[in-house]
Amino acid sequence: MPDISRDDVAHLATLARIDLSDAELDHLAPQLAVILDSIASISEVAAEDVPPTSHALPLTNVFREDVATPGLTAEQALSGAPEVEEQRFSVPRILGEEQ
Amino acid sequence: MTDTLLTYDDALAAYDPVLGLEVHVELNTASKMFCGCSTVFGAEPNTQVCPVCLGLPGAMPVVNGKGVESAIRIGLALNCQIAEWCRFARKNYFYPDMPKNFQTSQYDEPIAYDGWMDVEVDGETFRVEIERAHMEEDTGKSTHVGGATGRIHGADHSLVDYNRAGIPLIEIVTKPIRGAGARAPEVARAYVAQLRDLIVALGVSEARMDQGNLRADVNLSLSTKGSDVLGTRSETKNVNSFRSVERAVRFEVQRHAAILAGGGSIVQETRHWHEDTGITTSGREKSDAEDYRYFPEPDLVPVAPTRDWVEELRATLPENPTARRARLQQEWGFSDLEMRDTVGAGALGLVEETIAAGASPQAARKWWLSELSRRANDAGVDLVDLGVTPAQVAGVQALVDAGTVNDKLARQVFDGLLAGEGTPEEVVEKRGLAVVSDEGALSAAVDNAIAANPDVADKIRDGKVAAAGALIGAVMKEMRGQADAARVRELILEKLS
Repeated sequence: MPDISRDDVAHLATLARIDLSDAELDHLAPQLAVILDSIASISEVAAEDVPPTSHALPLTNVFREDVATPGLTAEQALSGAPEVEEQRFSVPRILGEEQ
Repeated sequence: MTDTLLTYDDALAAYDPVLGLEVHVELNTASKMFCGCSTVFGAEPNTQVCPVCLGLPGAMPVVNGKGVESAIRIGLALNCQIAEWCRFARKNYFYPDMPKNFQTSQYDEPIAYDGWMDVEVDGETFRVEIERAHMEEDTGKSTHVGGATGRIHGADHSLVDYNRAGIPLIEIVTKPIRGAGARAPEVARAYVAQLRDLIVALGVSEARMDQGNLRADVNLSLSTKGSDVLGTRSETKNVNSFRSVERAVRFEVQRHAAILAGGGSIVQETRHWHEDTGITTSGREKSDAEDYRYFPEPDLVPVAPTRDWVEELRATLPENPTARRARLQQEWGFSDLEMRDTVGAGALGLVEETIAAGASPQAARKWWLSELSRRANDAGVDLVDLGVTPAQVAGVQALVDAGTVNDKLARQVFDGLLAGEGTPEEVVEKRGLAVVSDEGALSAAVDNAIAANPDVADKIRDGKVAAAGALIGAVMKEMRGQADAARVRELILEKLS
């Protein structure tokens, strides 16, 4: 049975950049545990001959020709940006390091 | 903080270096990996973008077949197994250079795995085992504004251009490389240099390190001598020339050794390489931020290369590097030492192209390994990044062969080529470098030299031909170097016989 602790939820929230208060963690952690339990019941009916499935479609090798096609103009691309400078997206100072 | 270093010899006396290299190769496909945006280098910012590579909601990626083909060819050239079935995966992280908030990559199902490459170092062969080669996409390019040096620290904000986001990358990862001993820095350099040669031969990437088409991360740890236990490693990111790969390994060996010898322990972290000072500095520690929560990419169906396709691609592979080196050595008539020096200087491909452009093997070797190697060394760049092309070198040699310039003037032609003054012929024209073939002017200069040096002239008249050198020097000086020394010598001997 999967088990998800309050610490796990806090850790995932940090990774997902979701700021959760202590009260929210208390509230959400047990709920997530119940959701995981419910989904885990699938494994009870999955037989040995059913492989884990990541894709619903029975397709492989769906490829595109290597041909450049027009995308958006810079104006269109930047139209939703909160701030623009030098035809680039302006973002707040980055803490931490480059990937 | 400045790191304490142990001398390299002391470090090697106590520890065995273990290397690991991760090389990212940016493919030269016409379109991006998961959308049709152009990949042309140097376009105006954010003009080669679309909803897919901008990570807009609802956008659906489709795999570029050419990218998969190139990945398989690289895998085969590295003697890898090619997966019969594999998936893309999402590598989740938040950083503005990846607007989707994940990078489409591969996780535990790389397209190619378990290969090897034989690397030649000082005439000896060293086998580097390849762990895997997988497909992923490049990130956008950030410019940090407000910091004194354009780096992150001290920056007020950052500007992002997504033209590069989504360009296909192949990441090639070695298994831990042991047993290189004191030659670990040279092995690392030779591996990256020879990997680049292979990529160029495959024609799958421009493979220019100075433009970031090929980027190396250097992992290093030390084991206590005689022990099999791996030490803690550091990962030096984005080391962008062959020369820097060698220097970064050497620096990290000395830094690790000083810490271990002092009873300390190595922190597992990323390090930044500083080209100007030749040192690494601490980046971030491996921590929660490394928890990428990979999962299979639901928007892309699995890749299952048929064995027929793989064999078709195998048939397109270039000659393997070891066989190629043997063939070229025989064709060019190089001695073992000449060949070793050529490979060691990273000049094999350059010499080959120079010969293809019309120069003789010895002339091609001479320019690249002496004059041009010296200039690259002075400038602190790799030979391939010096800015002189094989065609230009062949052009300069053609001018020497035609008697238009001598070797000394040819070196000045390279000054002009590096200054961007055009073709070798144009440089000769602009700088007035051609050898003076006006016999009248030459004859007058010889007469002047004889008149100015009667003692020397007498010696030559007495049969001491070796003394002619002094007169040749005087003539060359008067002609400002623009004379054919052999012709000057002939004239002197004619006049004094």
